[in-house]
Amino acid sequence: MNIIVCLKQVPDTETQIKVGSDGKSIVTDDIKWVMNPYDEHGVEEALRIKEKFGGEVTIVGLGPKRVTESIRTALAMGADKGMLISDEALEGSDSLAVAKALAAAIKELDYDLIFSGQRGVDDDMGVVGANIAELLDIPQLSVIDKVEVAEDGKSVKVNRPIEGSTLVIESPLPALITTQKGLNEPRYASLPGIMKAKKKPFDEKTLSDLGLDAAEFGEGARKVKVLEIKPPPAREAGKIVEGETPQEKAAGLAKLLHDEAKVI
Amino acid sequence: MAQGVWTIAEQRGGEIRKITYEIISEGRRLADALGQDLTVLLLGSNIKEKAAELGNYGADKVLVADDPRLEAYTTDAYASVISELVKADDPAILLLGASAEGKDLSARLSGKLGVGMAQDCTAFAVEDGNLVATRPIYAGKAYARVTFENSWPQMATARPKVMDINEPDTSRSAEVLDAAFSLDDGALKTKVVDVLKDESGKVDLTEADKIVSGGRGMKGPENYKILEDLADLIGATVGASRSAVDAGWRPHSDQVGQTGKVVSPGLYIACGISGAIQHLAGMSTSKVIVAINKDADAPIFQKADYGVVGDLFDVVPALTEEVKKYIES
Ligand SMILES: Cc1cc2nc3c(=O)[nH]c(=O)nc-3n(C[C@H](O)[C@H](O)[C@H](O)COP(=O)(O)OP(=O)(O)OC[C@H]3O[C@@H](n4cnc5c(N)ncnc54)[C@H](O)[C@@H]3O)c2cc1C
Ligand SMILES: Nc1ncnc2c1ncn2[C@@H]1O[C@H](COP(=O)(O)O)[C@@H](O)[C@H]1O
Repeated sequence: MNIIVCLKQVPDTETQIKVGSDGKSIVTDDIKWVMNPYDEHGVEEALRIKEKFGGEVTIVGLGPKRVTESIRTALAMGADKGMLISDEALEGSDSLAVAKALAAAIKELDYDLIFSGQRGVDDDMGVVGANIAELLDIPQLSVIDKVEVAEDGKSVKVNRPIEGSTLVIESPLPALITTQKGLNEPRYASLPGIMKAKKKPFDEKTLSDLGLDAAEFGEGARKVKVLEIKPPPAREAGKIVEGETPQEKAAGLAKLLHDEAKVI
Repeated sequence: MAQGVWTIAEQRGGEIRKITYEIISEGRRLADALGQDLTVLLLGSNIKEKAAELGNYGADKVLVADDPRLEAYTTDAYASVISELVKADDPAILLLGASAEGKDLSARLSGKLGVGMAQDCTAFAVEDGNLVATRPIYAGKAYARVTFENSWPQMATARPKVMDINEPDTSRSAEVLDAAFSLDDGALKTKVVDVLKDESGKVDLTEADKIVSGGRGMKGPENYKILEDLADLIGATVGASRSAVDAGWRPHSDQVGQTGKVVSPGLYIACGISGAIQHLAGMSTSKVIVAINKDADAPIFQKADYGVVGDLFDVVPALTEEVKKYIES
């Protein structure tokens, strides 16, 4: 069973987001870059499936050189090979363009299953996985918190929580699964893992290596144009409900929620 | 020239879901701004009787794709039928709800149609004939305003519970049309083999009007009972911080925040939650925020409309009793 995990590098969730002076970007100076948390679940699940069925886990990331570090982390967790798609012409690409490049790279690989995150915790799009699946003409199974590969390795059964219920879906392989929290507990990279990762195969590709036309990528080719990025509407600290006893405070709060906020 | 606004209705078990009314209402506003028609696409099996009513909310036309294979949503079938209809009619705007189904469908459709899309938006406008969408990024730590270029239809999903629903006008009905589509069985690869109903029967956090959330301050899973009591009384869903989920007190599906559910209820009551940046990011679009915490310096108070500094084990049961007085009177 050969498995691909798409890996996006994102700002650590602790990051305070600051808007750049152009009003269209964020300030990246002090950002600590990490693997998208949902991709950690993808790596973990891929490793577990590999432990059962054998095969190889390949990590595919797209972005600047710094992404190498997150790919190395996945290799240290136990993945077998890494690939970084890096090209200046990719800078500023939108979801569809990113998916095009990733799909082009994955097409050349041998795969039964692909994992991507249900969404990047940066742009909160959750589109790249489905776009890759479409471009590869394979089914997508979105926001999955349980994966069972059939003994014969030809199909998969997954749980997809939706509002009010969980769908159990069966799909032939190859398929693309987007990961949701609850799928597993991602392992940490061990020290021997980190040592070994340094020697694992790591490939770097440009757009031309993938036979792609740079004009279709990057800022200029965006179909979704950013007009403005702004801080969220300010939320001021409100009233502290005073009172001598918890009962008094509770009564004051209930009154405010009823009379003023009109929510109960 | 692409023309008209299209929205996609969402039904489950033959019942129209609330998000449908939200996006039809928003679709109506956009259609008016463009001076164009609003068409709603309704897919299902024996679903036609539900079509005319959608006119009450502002649809000019309802295009019905009726087929046993469309009874329940599957990505394969729905994306195939809708992309065919969109290609045939060339609408200017395609709007879906950012529900579980809408997110899955829109993402696949954008790939099939080769268009850009804006996911999980909280506001829309029409400027110079183009759709302009506002969407939270970094789970609400910033907002982006985006538009589209050389990409038709202009495609977006609307976050549940954000768009106002139009007052239904029963004198207004929609023209109901049968959609002409082909659906190749060979394209249907996935199969829903079981549906596990959530026994609690509670409204999903993403669709809840009210949420009562508990964090590490709850001290243990058994104590959530006091939150459940309050929640039952006011019709709320119980949520949790990641600390509570990681401690195994609550299921993963209850987690609110940047790596959990991003929620926008009318009322969010945070109990024993400190207000870490990842938590705040997931609930900052709530209309009214209440914090109950014994630490007066907890960051959650910086975001709360109403705060109570106190022990939640005293305050929450007392609040339930006090709220009863309003609900029973
Ligand atoms: C990659 C990553 C992603 C994350 N994503 C999320 C996310 O999506 N959602 C999320 O919530 N967190 C997330 N976190 C975790 C986040 O950083 C915080 O650790 C977490 O939100 C803290 O949860 P808490 O407020 O319940 O606990 P704490 O920070 O421990 O706060 C407990 C609060 O309870 C109060 N308290 C205690 N006892 C009482 C009492 N008897 N009465 C009243 N108040 C009391 C205390 O004063 C304190 O303020 C993430 C972290 C990382 C690293
Ligand atoms: N630049 C990228 N490189 C590799 N994988 C990506 C990239 N962008 C998105 N993905 C994958 O798609 C998921 C969802 O990202 P997004 O659609 O951007 O929210 C991520 O968790 C990754 O698995």
